[in-house]
Amino acid sequence: MQSKLTFWVLTAVFVLFILFLYGPMIAIFILSFQGPTGGMTFPMRGASLHWFADLFESTRYGDLGGAFERSIILGLLAMLITVTVSFFAGLGFRRKFRGSGVLFYLAIISLVMPGVLTGLGIGTLFTTLGLQTNWLVSGLGAHLTWTLPFGLLIMFAVLNHFNGSWEEAARDAGAKRRQVLTQVTLPILFPGLIAVALFGLTLSYDEFPRSLLTVGTKNTLPLQVASLTSNVTTPALYAIGTLTTALSLLIIAAAFAAIALTGRKR
Amino acid sequence: MTPNRLSQLSVLPFAAILAIFAGLPLVMVLLLSFWTFDGLEYRAAFTLANFAAVFASPVTWKIFGNTLRYAAITWAITLVLGFTVSFYLVFHVRNLKLQIGLFLLCTIPFWTSTVIRMISWIPFLGREGLFNTGLMHLGLIHQPLEFLLFSDFAVILTYVNLFTLFMFVPIFNAMAKIDKNVIEAALDAGATGFQILRTIIIPLSRTGIALGTIFVVTLVMGDFFVVRVMSGGQSSTVVSAMKNNIDQMYYPQAAAMAVLLIAVVLGMVASILRVVDVRAELAK
Repeated sequence: MQSKLTFWVLTAVFVLFILFLYGPMIAIFILSFQGPTGGMTFPMRGASLHWFADLFESTRYGDLGGAFERSIILGLLAMLITVTVSFFAGLGFRRKFRGSGVLFYLAIISLVMPGVLTGLGIGTLFTTLGLQTNWLVSGLGAHLTWTLPFGLLIMFAVLNHFNGSWEEAARDAGAKRRQVLTQVTLPILFPGLIAVALFGLTLSYDEFPRSLLTVGTKNTLPLQVASLTSNVTTPALYAIGTLTTALSLLIIAAAFAAIALTGRKR
Repeated sequence: MTPNRLSQLSVLPFAAILAIFAGLPLVMVLLLSFWTFDGLEYRAAFTLANFAAVFASPVTWKIFGNTLRYAAITWAITLVLGFTVSFYLVFHVRNLKLQIGLFLLCTIPFWTSTVIRMISWIPFLGREGLFNTGLMHLGLIHQPLEFLLFSDFAVILTYVNLFTLFMFVPIFNAMAKIDKNVIEAALDAGATGFQILRTIIIPLSRTGIALGTIFVVTLVMGDFFVVRVMSGGQSSTVVSAMKNNIDQMYYPQAAAMAVLLIAVVLGMVASILRVVDVRAELAK
């Protein structure tokens, strides 16, 4: 009897938690279809695509298209680098090696260092060296300080389920080191690597504090949106939110589908 | 090639990128905090003036206190919430497929934009927002509640909304590894639900709690944007004050404050890592 009560109380907590997570997102999704005379809160004054169209037609929102393009390029580059680099780092960390302790702590520091401070350090480092901060170099580097340690932690989790004797068996059967890597290790770990890729892409695409002092003169999308929050007081802001969230959801769905497909093949 | 060399070669790109973009910048901030600022620009001449100014200012202590208060409250709420939700999913949802599905449902917002998720609270909390109009419709209040938006309440609500996932996911992972037989055995031996929670589940979830704590505390302490927007500029934290310094080009003062903040954050993380060996536990 008591455990039944516990169950229902916990179920209620869980449902409220989900509402708490998704409610606001759903609200701005609805409000982004506000009519042309509508404001930033309910009630809805008609329904239209006015604010979406306004994003593309008006110059009030700055270089949104360019910011979006830069964020996508950065996200894809961060994804490729994160997958490759954390894959090898994860494999390397399976054994204790000289410097492994120091490197692990560097990864932890990189993960917990407040993002704005990472940016401040990179920004002043570049200025002191006489270099210009630029979204493709300092911006990308700043994003990697967040995506790489995350990628490493996920690789640790992925490698938990990986049995090293599979590689040994291949080696005993005469496979070369490269063959072991491409024909045994990589295919088995592939679904896990998609998860690493998902983290690399989305964490970079949405990154705000680390971008702040490192992207130079050209904004990325989160920076552009953040600057719009203070001077755009129309539902156009929500329209941006709806579009970028829809893109994120598409990416997540694609990643999940890819994990399910590659996992099933075996 | 020896195994040691092979491992080192394998982690080399990782080490190089982090050394350049995290290690060197950290050193740079440290150096900068000792440099001289003459009102127009900074140069590499040693001084303790930045630290003296930071320590002497009562504002420093106030904003550090404020930041720690936000971190503590957010930590407590996300811990209880993250733990409860994990506990429910691991021990009360028996169907594995459903469990994984609900877990993913909880984690999806993690991969969407935090800036957007923060903005999403504005139509809820404003004077004419959903809460106020809803409560007035019900006749519970006659005037809109002013404390909902642009207040500590709004800041902490947003933190909890954004960061609970960072607590939930590690705790869920730790809990999911608990052997159900141990709990069966405890039940057979006559343990109450509360005893099982206190002597089995909480101790065996400690890696997750430790990791979640590290994430939540460092995220709150590193934030400036949520506090700036959601408090309506009425409240400040270390990083938001630092950001003001940076905007006014007072880089060395900002760096001195940054060094203090990093010292506090790393001190906390180090003491957590001393109690719980996260790396060994992750490899289990």
